[in-house]
Amino acid sequence: MKLATACAVLLIVGATATAQAQDPNLARNLAATCANCHGTDGQAVGGMETLAGMPAERIVKKVTDYRSGELPATIMHQIAKGYTDEQIRLIADYFAARK
Amino acid sequence: MLNRREFLKSAGATAAAGALGAGFAGSAIAAPAGGHVVVIGGGYGGATAAKYLRMWSEGKVKVTLVERQKQFISCPISNLVVNGARQLSDITVSYDGLKGRGVEIVHGEVTAIDVAKRRVKLADGTALDYDRLLVSPGIDFLPEEVGGLAGNEEQIPHAWKAGPQTVLLRKQLEDMKDGGVFALHIPKAPYRCPPGPYERACVVADYLMNHKPKSKVLVLDANPDIQSKKGLFLQSFNGRYKDMIEYRPDSALRSVDATTRTAELEFDKIRADVLNVLPPMRAGRIVDQLGVALLNERWVDIEWLSMEAKGAPNVHVVGDAIFPAPTMPKSGHMANQHAKVAAAAILNLLAGQAPNPDPLVMNTCYSFVDATNAMHVASVHRYSAEKKTLLPVEGSGGVSTAASELEGKYALAWSRNIWADMLT
Repeated sequence: MKLATACAVLLIVGATATAQAQDPNLARNLAATCANCHGTDGQAVGGMETLAGMPAERIVKKVTDYRSGELPATIMHQIAKGYTDEQIRLIADYFAARK
Repeated sequence: MLNRREFLKSAGATAAAGALGAGFAGSAIAAPAGGHVVVIGGGYGGATAAKYLRMWSEGKVKVTLVERQKQFISCPISNLVVNGARQLSDITVSYDGLKGRGVEIVHGEVTAIDVAKRRVKLADGTALDYDRLLVSPGIDFLPEEVGGLAGNEEQIPHAWKAGPQTVLLRKQLEDMKDGGVFALHIPKAPYRCPPGPYERACVVADYLMNHKPKSKVLVLDANPDIQSKKGLFLQSFNGRYKDMIEYRPDSALRSVDATTRTAELEFDKIRADVLNVLPPMRAGRIVDQLGVALLNERWVDIEWLSMEAKGAPNVHVVGDAIFPAPTMPKSGHMANQHAKVAAAAILNLLAGQAPNPDPLVMNTCYSFVDATNAMHVASVHRYSAEKKTLLPVEGSGGVSTAASELEGKYALAWSRNIWADMLT
């Protein structure tokens, strides 16, 4: 591909898809925001739920139930509202894949 | 044909980040690149960054952490040491876990930073060359802004950096007679840990009610109102502690007399038995070495995608030292989150990639109102490409309905988990 064509393609993609531009490590980065309470890579050290290895569907259901208020919480209902469905899915898949 | 790195350079990393991000979207996760990152400061920000740089680079990035103290001592939970429910050893954690991660730890003090040469100098004459520098210096105090305060921190402790000062304040409270006055001064915001001073007033009142019930707690706040969890703290101030705590807003401190422990306000003089003054605060002084203008002459202005200091290339600044995004608190939890954004950005940049265009951070601050009951404030902040800063996510976050024993347990579990997240 000629450079000019490549740049034109990049520009079109950039103009239409900037908002969707995704870092290859986005799931890892988002999951790291949970680690303060739930441990590095979801390995809690006590008093909090370990998320590492938990099935992704279960994580998604819990977080969305916190968000809707179906599952009562002290704090998770407020935190869950800060994450989109897509972000929750990325985080859930990441933790599910941890050992 | 331009390679990715050259293209990034020629296009200008920041301007191209959006379009390039789209270009990278389909690409596989790049192999971690090598390099040397020097981290200044082993607190909530620096220790977290050091660990995550090693972990996420799979050991390929060399990390040198420069820290003055031999052990980490936590500010969060330190008010329980002041209360007497915990000892200093309970909030002290070794740096050995970071050594196990392959972090090179240098116990020393950085005295100079040469941004152009990418080199830091230590007090003992050692020089460290870096590819990227991460500065997490926390806060320094400005005691000279209160007459008579500078040099008198033994008589008038701040106990706002955990360690000997925490123990000193505890000792002064133990030595205070029943019927004494504990006066606490809060500087104008922004200061480290917005709810922390009000937590301190509560847990000191808890100790005094149990042991010296005729005593008084006087909160002298330079701000016009309680700065965090207002309704919740008022539940305690006007509830269990209504005969003990007196809260005075708009009470800026003009000067102190260290020999008589007297606080002089604009219209009043208060003689205290224990006088606890939180001095005005600024970014840790080492940031003056970066040669950049500080916002309000106190805080470092950063680019939020990379956490790089504006005007100091290859230097990332995190934690209490930065000028915060809207509603973002200066907290240990937030410093840990900044550090992860910075670590991810540094690894991308070392590999010739743009930083993550969509970072998100969240905060949780628990405050105790006595030795067992706590309450929280939480928030989530996401990058806005339009505003070029992190903004609170609409509808997210909030506070407890009331302090509870359950949240007291969560607060302690939070501390164990975050200490492990940064130091093991």
